[in-house]
Amino acid sequence: MSEENKAILKAEGLTKIFSSGIINKEYTVAVNNASFELYPGKVTSLVGESGSGKTTVGRLILKLIEPTAGKIFFKGQDITDIEDRDTKKEYYRQIQGVFQDPFSSFNPLFKINRIFDILFREFEPETKNREELISQSLEEVNLNPDRILDKYPHQLSGGQLQRLLIARALLLDVDILVADEIISMLDASTKMGVLNLLVDICRDKGMAVLFITHDLNLGYYLSDDTLILHEGNLVERGATTKVYENPYHPYTQMLFDSVPDIEEKWDRSKEFIPEQIIEAVEEFYQNNDEEGYKEVEENHFVLMSILETENYK
Amino acid sequence: MADTEETVLEVKDLKAYYRVMKGDVKAVDGLNFTVRRGEILGVVGESGCGKSTLAYSLISLNKPLQHISGEANLLGQDLMKLSSEEKRKLKMKNISIIPQYALDAFSPTKKIKTFIKDMVKQHGRRADKEFMDKVKTRFEIVNLSHSVLDRYSMELSGGMKQRVVMLISSLLDPDLIIADEITSALDVTSQRYVTTLLADLRDEGIIGSAIFITHDLATLYQIADRIMVMYAGRLAELGNADEIVHNPRHPYTRALINSLPRIGIQHKDERLTGIKGTPPDLTDIEEGCRFRFRCQYRTEECDKSPKMEKTHQRHYIRCWNYESVGSDKNE
Repeated sequence: MSEENKAILKAEGLTKIFSSGIINKEYTVAVNNASFELYPGKVTSLVGESGSGKTTVGRLILKLIEPTAGKIFFKGQDITDIEDRDTKKEYYRQIQGVFQDPFSSFNPLFKINRIFDILFREFEPETKNREELISQSLEEVNLNPDRILDKYPHQLSGGQLQRLLIARALLLDVDILVADEIISMLDASTKMGVLNLLVDICRDKGMAVLFITHDLNLGYYLSDDTLILHEGNLVERGATTKVYENPYHPYTQMLFDSVPDIEEKWDRSKEFIPEQIIEAVEEFYQNNDEEGYKEVEENHFVLMSILETENYK
Repeated sequence: MADTEETVLEVKDLKAYYRVMKGDVKAVDGLNFTVRRGEILGVVGESGCGKSTLAYSLISLNKPLQHISGEANLLGQDLMKLSSEEKRKLKMKNISIIPQYALDAFSPTKKIKTFIKDMVKQHGRRADKEFMDKVKTRFEIVNLSHSVLDRYSMELSGGMKQRVVMLISSLLDPDLIIADEITSALDVTSQRYVTTLLADLRDEGIIGSAIFITHDLATLYQIADRIMVMYAGRLAELGNADEIVHNPRHPYTRALINSLPRIGIQHKDERLTGIKGTPPDLTDIEEGCRFRFRCQYRTEECDKSPKMEKTHQRHYIRCWNYESVGSDKNE
């Protein structure tokens, strides 16, 4: 299946630098030189802690913000600098974001059916059998249309709203879904339903999913590929099983050591304070003279030295 | 480890409801358990199961939360009968809390040092040099530099703030500390440190015993001596941590453990299902086991509320059918 092996989205050296202040400008490198690919029918998890830049990567892919440097290719076409409204809209038609706080993703004054109306008006004004399509997609995400459509967003639970966002993605039959910390609002017993649904849809419809999370257990459960982000740098990437079974970068190792497991208790003799991570990472970069990424095994790459950020000032 | 059998806290048939317009929200509805000296008792459950309400009812009963009946004896004094003035005297020294969302409690205009001084003054202590020296020693224990004292809260990371909060809550060496979701806002690496720190504080004798409340069973398992599983305001199961995690008897505990994602299980090989349905509405609750609507072992008996039963090794269970549930391990 050559079709499956072809990336639908490719990010090359994606960099985002935020600046603040007027006279003495301060620069924050949120994402530095991130390169990765998303494939149809595959879940790629982007794992990082707070401040690692994972949400920024998601927003860059969604084209909600512009990169400082680097390129994004969608179906082989460079879409980094598209300005034209129609071309942009065509891209937005193919990609959907589901965010951590589903409450802020909906206009609180509109009932759900009006939200769907606007969706059709914006993207698919020609569609005739709207109601049928809406019901169908709602049922696919296990929501009862009769009980949902006439409600305001605040009358629905976080899990229901997140499933609505997935239904919206289904309706538009998008190519890429960016899910940013979508389960942190949900309980253990209900989140698995939403997540299984997400992966099933990804596989059935050949959708590419970028699953942004801080939860390593979930990342392992869901994803085919894993990207580990630390302080804006993509420190390790590759097939999920390989990255998890054989972590190479000191940050990845310390991260995995911190995951609680019900089979085994933490080794109390291997305690470290969070501040030590930075030291360990710096030492790692200093003590090896390799540059850029090293392929430690097939489809498993590790960052050996920080890639230079382009001159932005 | 709990080497003595001395009880620090004994909770007897405790009921605490939220009195609101809709009626009573029965968030804590007949709880029985003890905390032994030196132990870390873990409390786990989904959101809305009453685990945080349990913390509030022990430390500060404020409206609309009301004590309905039952006792909570802390070192022989019933917390439910004490006036707020009497309770204030126990706080920090005998019972203390590391609250949820405590990270936002710092005033952005005060240095950490000022915050700590104000705090102890409110509890009738002088923040003299001797005291500040003790504070500094504690900073070393939580691996923070003394310079943090002169910083503002916004200059600290979430993990560092949580360590400062833990340090403050344990300053007066409380007999019992209640840690309410202390890891949920933190990064994975800080979660490990903060969790272990709670055990370290106990090991060093700074805190006597702890009630560690969280929704994360895997984190709890790392340091808890015993675990209490709560469901819809009631105890489902209570026992040694290893027993609860590796030999759960209550259908809810079993379902909860089976729905945990773990490294080694992938979606394409094994499907984690979660628990179907939602927890009951605590305002409108009838007689009967509260888990029965989501339980695959439901029988006719379950329409009556199960009694709390004590099995071997001081394992407590509220389930009519736990014996048959426990025997089919190959399901």
